[in-house]
Amino acid sequence: MPEIRVTPLGAGQDVGRSCILVSIGGKNVMLDCGMHMGFSDDRRFPDFSYITRNGRLTDFLDCVIISHFHLDHCGALPYFSEMVGYDGPIYMTQPTQAICPILLEDYRKIAVDKKGEANFFTSQMIKDCMKKVVAVHLHQTVQVDDELEIKAYYAGHVLGAAMFQIKVGSESVVYTGDYNMTPDRHLGAAWIDKCRPNLLITESTYATTIRDSKRCRERDFLKKVHETVERGGKVLIPVFALGRAQELCILLETFWERMDLKAPIYFSTGLTEKANHYYKLFIPWTNQKIRKTFVQRNMFEFKHIKAFDRAFADSPGPMVVFATPGMLHAGQSLQIFRKWAGSERNMVIMPGYCVQGTVGHKILSGQRKLEMEGRQVLEVKMQVEYMSFSAHADAKGIMQLVGQAEPENVLLVHGEAKKMEFLKQKIEQEFRVSCYMPANGETVTLSTSPSIPVGISLGLLKREMAQGLLPDAKKPRLLHGTLIMKDSNFRLVSSEQALKELGLAEHQLRFTCRVHLHDTRKEQETALRVYSHLKSVLKDHCVQHLPDGSVTVESILIQAAAHSEDPSTKVLLVSWTYQDEELGSYLTSLLKKGLPQAS
Amino acid sequence: MMALPYITEHTGFTGTVYATEPTVQIGRLLMEELVNFIERVPKAQSASLWKNKDTQRLLPSPLKDAVEVSTWRRCYTMQEVNSALSKIQLVGYSQKIELFGAVQVTPLSSGYALGSSNWIIQSHYEKVSYVSGSSLLTTHPQPMDQASLKNSDVLILTGLTQIPTANPDGMVGEFCSNLALTVRNGGNVLVPCYPSGVIYDLLECLYQYIDSAGLSSIPFYFISPVANSSLEFSQIFAEWLCHNKQTKVYLPEPPFPHAELIQTNKLKHYPSIHGDFSNDFRQPCVVFTGHPSLRFGDVVHFMELWGKSSLNTVIFTEPDFSYLEALAPYQPLAMKCIYCPIDTRLNFIQVSKLLKEVQPLHVVCPEQYTQPPPAQSHRVDLMIDCQPPAMSYRRAEVLALPFRRRYEKIEIMPELADSLVPMEIKPGISLATVSAVLHTKDNKHVLQPPPRPAQPTGGKKRKRPSDDIPDCKVLKPLLSGSIPVEQFVQTLEKHGFSDIKVEDTAKGHIVLLQEAETLIQIEEDSTHIICDNDEVLRVRLRDLVLKFLQKF
Repeated sequence: MPEIRVTPLGAGQDVGRSCILVSIGGKNVMLDCGMHMGFSDDRRFPDFSYITRNGRLTDFLDCVIISHFHLDHCGALPYFSEMVGYDGPIYMTQPTQAICPILLEDYRKIAVDKKGEANFFTSQMIKDCMKKVVAVHLHQTVQVDDELEIKAYYAGHVLGAAMFQIKVGSESVVYTGDYNMTPDRHLGAAWIDKCRPNLLITESTYATTIRDSKRCRERDFLKKVHETVERGGKVLIPVFALGRAQELCILLETFWERMDLKAPIYFSTGLTEKANHYYKLFIPWTNQKIRKTFVQRNMFEFKHIKAFDRAFADSPGPMVVFATPGMLHAGQSLQIFRKWAGSERNMVIMPGYCVQGTVGHKILSGQRKLEMEGRQVLEVKMQVEYMSFSAHADAKGIMQLVGQAEPENVLLVHGEAKKMEFLKQKIEQEFRVSCYMPANGETVTLSTSPSIPVGISLGLLKREMAQGLLPDAKKPRLLHGTLIMKDSNFRLVSSEQALKELGLAEHQLRFTCRVHLHDTRKEQETALRVYSHLKSVLKDHCVQHLPDGSVTVESILIQAAAHSEDPSTKVLLVSWTYQDEELGSYLTSLLKKGLPQAS
Repeated sequence: MMALPYITEHTGFTGTVYATEPTVQIGRLLMEELVNFIERVPKAQSASLWKNKDTQRLLPSPLKDAVEVSTWRRCYTMQEVNSALSKIQLVGYSQKIELFGAVQVTPLSSGYALGSSNWIIQSHYEKVSYVSGSSLLTTHPQPMDQASLKNSDVLILTGLTQIPTANPDGMVGEFCSNLALTVRNGGNVLVPCYPSGVIYDLLECLYQYIDSAGLSSIPFYFISPVANSSLEFSQIFAEWLCHNKQTKVYLPEPPFPHAELIQTNKLKHYPSIHGDFSNDFRQPCVVFTGHPSLRFGDVVHFMELWGKSSLNTVIFTEPDFSYLEALAPYQPLAMKCIYCPIDTRLNFIQVSKLLKEVQPLHVVCPEQYTQPPPAQSHRVDLMIDCQPPAMSYRRAEVLALPFRRRYEKIEIMPELADSLVPMEIKPGISLATVSAVLHTKDNKHVLQPPPRPAQPTGGKKRKRPSDDIPDCKVLKPLLSGSIPVEQFVQTLEKHGFSDIKVEDTAKGHIVLLQEAETLIQIEEDSTHIICDNDEVLRVRLRDLVLKFLQKF
């Protein structure tokens, strides 16, 4: 029995270092290759030894697919391809291909230059790794090899985020990566057609959350920022350079314009400015509204938002600062946080999910005394706000996507085990499909039963279809044909054609039965009586009286002859071929009963 | 695409239209410009009586020679354009689009313009390629996808270059040098053009050329209602551009250098000659504007303005119109006229290279490509040359292709497949008889295992006599093979028949069962059982005969 096997090397009942192995139709595909923000030891990368203990990565994997540029989906890529060693193709969308190396370089700098890690991947490795990338366009069917094909769908999560369908023959798997089912200020909503995959692998970050309307959250956010700025406080918004940052910038920019506010808004690091450039060039990946208006005004050219300089952090007066990274685990956002944490007037707004182990996660879970490097203790007096702006689908959105794609099975990754459990039950109840949630290293095996495609001769098909149009077509009818199997070429043809093609002659088997009838009249008249009798009984059949005196029912021939000895007995010769066996047998038994008396 | 509104808005067409995103966006711009130009000069009255065939015959040339005048239509409105475009479904290159489950349609890059496509229409066993407006030259769009055209049963080829004798590279060079010459002498240059397409390449060439030619102080004006949109749109379709331009986006930099020309104020664009343009206008200058037919659009004003001076030059680059006809109403003209048509579409040499590469079984093309151009009848190289010869078509002609469909895909359910019993007939060839239920839905065929015979319903209903009549549509398999007489007789004896007599005939044998008054004629390809009406006997004999034969 053919089967599909799925093994998460990361993101199994966890968020971080997404990496899922899928075996389908004899092909092995790796979905995402991320790092874990919560760890800085071996656990930050997926455990590739799962594959390498049996041989080289390149020999095992047919391809690698990266869903989007977030580091927990692509952060381990240079390590994987250059340090462990993989030379096969890596597929991702064009915006991901453009932005991914920048984030990787950024990540490398923080790890190597700031934390002084050795044995990390180098800039050159990032470049070499990116050379193995093949760009995929939305909805384009990419033929990885003769049998394996992949297709990208819009996922909405960040610029260039995509869901992927992986297909071999009639078996398919859809991997969602991270996605968002509601359009936001800069991106559209995820969409997939009713592709009915054998398996849907979906993220489940917000497995139990159903978010209120986006408008309320936006209003709340603006109100909090506005209040803090009004009372002279400073607002820190830790973000990742791409994604939420752009959405919130558009939000603040329009608000500032409308309210005519003067407090400065800053954006940390040159990276983000560059990032905005990408958004300008990849307009077709954004939402309808931006695409329509970009000629008049490119939404990513901000008037109120300026570049941040480190010295600004100490200047007095209100300000709003977007700083990277988003989980306060390192870099500029953490530096600014340390400076501002001491004042009640200030505020930090966490607009997205924070992974366990990060400062962001700690302050969100209510911790107010933080142990920093060098045994320093930092007391957090500033207000801490959490607003879910992450562009992940909530429980409702996940259910919606499952409904759209109509999979036979669902597998949850990228979420917390407890929440997954809840969603798993809900999916199983509502859609009556099996739902799985393997932990890292655990394998889920699904057996599939793909149907077998063969070629049917058009003549046979048309003959059958034409009969299917008859009034009694409701009854299931049997199609009869011969399957010719030659090498791997399978053809279904009519039996006649099969005989002809193989150069075999048909052997005709014919029966002729003598039926004795008591009838004193002449043979012709007997034939006529037989004709009218059969005509009245067999209404659905073609009964004919031929000029030579014989009667036919379909292709069965009935002839009347005089008996050689007894003139009052007539002999009916009923003759049919094996193909008419049932009808012929029926006719003889019918005629044996005699003819009704002529009236 | 420019005629799309006529089909979607006036013919009762209700289907879907498929196109790539750049095609839709840039097509919209081209139509918008056309509508804008036409609506600027409304006509109070339009003459139509002359279109009567009898009247037209008497008119002077060229009116007399105009073809199909009765089919000429008014230009559509912007409303119709929007309505037409709303019916388009966007598709990407190499996207497989299922149509009614019967065929699959796929657009491929044709290399001619942003988002321009060739199309593959295929079923599981047949493949038709439609190749139109393709280019093998490296300009700004993604290169033409040739590999996917291979193994076509039929290749429809159209949209070849209009100027097969001109080399586009040479023309671009000529364009630049003539432009520079005129401007250096203090004259102005007018380039009648469409607002998208070749203009991107021309601007790129000028970008590289102007500094070396010392033209950096000369202003370039691009005047079109859609000039700004066209320049902006060209920058956001990175995925549809050639590799070189794509890599720029990764930096991130705009893919086309005209962004820099605009930034440095060397290139300025205006919606029309009114407004800002009249303030900024400086001479000598270079103006790109439409319409290339010189019949409407802002180009008319520049022809009037500059036509009288021999310092000025008009350079024709668009191949769609004869430049002599375009200029006719402006004669006499002092202005210099240069004709450097730039048409990057396939020429006949490239066509034969392409056909050799993709090797279609049949080629279908418009009639005019199968003979040399009328004006150059000796140029036999200016026609399609392929084996077998291309089949040509004419307007409104139906062409029957020498091509028969034989097979269609059908899926066998795994349960049914398990129940099949293949037998090897010849080495490497196996057969299995299939009896199955055919299900057809959305043009997809599936064979399911036959239903189990229904249980008798327990006599609830009284049997009608017709229920007994067997359904003649239940097909019995065909038989094949032959019956060895001696073995057959032995078998008969084994089954209790005695008194068997065998007679030889010309073609075979007759086996007589005298006791039962039964005759069995056995020949190479047939067996005939003649017996009394004794069903039990007949069935027994039948089954014995069948043992020797193969069923299909």
